[in-house]
Amino acid sequence: MPRAFTPKVITANALIEGDVIYFTKDDTWTRDLACAEYLTDEAHAQVRLLEAAQQVELVVGAYLADAAEGENGPEPTHFREEFRRTGPSNYFHGKQAETQQQDGQAA
Amino acid sequence: MYQYNDFDKAFLAERNRQFRAQVERRIAGNLTEDEFKPLRLMNGLYLQLHAYMLRVAIPYGTLSSKQMDTLALLAEKWDKGYGHFTTRQNIQYNWPKLTDVPDMLDALGEVGMHAIQTSGNTIRNVTADHFAGAAADELEDPRPIAELIRQWSTDHPEFQFMGRKFKIAVSAGAQDRAVLKAHDLAVRIVQNDAGEIGYQVLVGGGLGRTPMIGKVLNDFLPREDLLPYIEATVSVWNQIGRRDNKYKARIKITVHETGLEEFRAMVEERFESVRQSFSGIDQDLLQDIKAHFAPPAFRNAPTVEFDRAYDTNPLFRSWVDTNLTTHRAPGYAIVTVSIKKHGQTPGDATSDQMRALAEIARQYGHDELRISHEQNVILPHVHKSDLPAVYDALREADLHTANIGLVSDIIACPGMDYCALATARSIPVAQQIATRFDELKLEHDIGHLQIKISGCINACGHHHVGHIGILGLDRAGVENYQITLGGDATWDAEIGQRAGPGFAYDEIVPAIERLVNGYLELREGPEETFLQAYRRLGLAPFKAHLYPETQANAA
Repeated sequence: MPRAFTPKVITANALIEGDVIYFTKDDTWTRDLACAEYLTDEAHAQVRLLEAAQQVELVVGAYLADAAEGENGPEPTHFREEFRRTGPSNYFHGKQAETQQQDGQAA
Repeated sequence: MYQYNDFDKAFLAERNRQFRAQVERRIAGNLTEDEFKPLRLMNGLYLQLHAYMLRVAIPYGTLSSKQMDTLALLAEKWDKGYGHFTTRQNIQYNWPKLTDVPDMLDALGEVGMHAIQTSGNTIRNVTADHFAGAAADELEDPRPIAELIRQWSTDHPEFQFMGRKFKIAVSAGAQDRAVLKAHDLAVRIVQNDAGEIGYQVLVGGGLGRTPMIGKVLNDFLPREDLLPYIEATVSVWNQIGRRDNKYKARIKITVHETGLEEFRAMVEERFESVRQSFSGIDQDLLQDIKAHFAPPAFRNAPTVEFDRAYDTNPLFRSWVDTNLTTHRAPGYAIVTVSIKKHGQTPGDATSDQMRALAEIARQYGHDELRISHEQNVILPHVHKSDLPAVYDALREADLHTANIGLVSDIIACPGMDYCALATARSIPVAQQIATRFDELKLEHDIGHLQIKISGCINACGHHHVGHIGILGLDRAGVENYQITLGGDATWDAEIGQRAGPGFAYDEIVPAIERLVNGYLELREGPEETFLQAYRRLGLAPFKAHLYPETQANAA
């Protein structure tokens, strides 16, 4: 029997910056996993992946990543995706630093 | 050191111009990612977990101060202020933007450096003994040969789209400091009974998912036969090597499946025809290259300052005893600068540290630096009278850690903190092990012990040849670390034996501590190293320390 479908988000790397991005409901890309489109239907997920991957001038390597529904939106279920949405553990670089910067600006 | 001539400069400028145009075409949508990827890889540009990564070659690990300054500039201007020295004598930048990479490559070109063939299915950066030209135990400087191979392999039309990558290392020392037996092909400079210098060629070594120790393909080649012989070897493999399965594509599998004798016969046959196409121009070129590697003008000077500092400053003495190696010139020493400060990322240096190293080399080290596969920086030629000043300058830059060859001098690949291929993290494991043993203040008692950590089966962290190897895996969605014991990266190269079940992320450091404490109990005395004790006793007693519960259950 094929494995049951588990919920997904579409993720990729930005063509110019190379950083991690997620596909949203309105066909745009966000740097915040919580704003990503949460895909619970397998057929729909496949169609959305095709649509996402067509934006070749913006993204590289779009794929479906496992996700779970969290309080504020989709959350990672695997540690690899957790690192991708956070940044490296040896320096405060990458998303974790950028998020803080944005928070700082907002405050 | 090799200085680029007009041909080299024009070649590199043209290549960089081509890559700049390729980047522009990719951004404009005229190249798909599938078309662009092999082009960017051939120029050292990867896409990793959080960003692009640019891998810059440091051929045979040799750098001038000016080149090191440029590496610092790249880190500062286009990255986040640091670079990562790798086990293949490269430097990696973890955060460049695609649009900045052509400028980075142009800046490198200004000082005769590039990122060509640091990726892709080509002949990669040629590595060498990091003590080349300075070691007391070598027959001759192996770098002219390494440079000749670099020039021959760069853009070699036959070897641009091979079944897989191909790694070459060169050494001339009595000791192997370049892990020759873990390379696709290795050249060892040797002397025959008649006193002539020639080359022994090893083939089919490699780590990764199927680790194998290199075998002797040819015991002695005269000088003029080396390049055609290497070309014949790569050519045979390129033709018969498997392309149906990426994991069986490396030459080690070809040699294994074909059999060494049969493979040798095929190389010999191919060699006969390849040799005809070499007119001897490579030997003329080699003579030119050799002139670039003339030894510096070593000076004769008293070493009283050194003796005084050694007798009066215990910190200096500890650093000298741990980080220095005998130089071939009287009054000189080889300094290994540890890029492994306890708790820091192995192999990472900041722009300021790179500039400090460049300045020290300029002032005290005949303008030369090396990068070791062990991810440290070498000052190959320092007069002993300058060592106190060098030590003070290193202290200023926080580069004075005295731990070379000790338990905290850990090789670690970038692992899942950066690498898209990784299955688990390596860096924090290395950081925690080093920090722990620093707290215990045991590492000088423990003595020579090499821990090598890889974050996936591809083994960039050389875990198979670590006295203690650690391999990070993804076991059912959780990081899990396997330990191998008894690996060896020298002439007596050995692949480590798997010790048993893996450990969770929060269990791996205590496991290593138990293992090392076990060794301290088991050894015959301080002069018996971990590896010697392991060879004497075998796996069982070490296993008892690693898995005490299993032992208790069995009892």
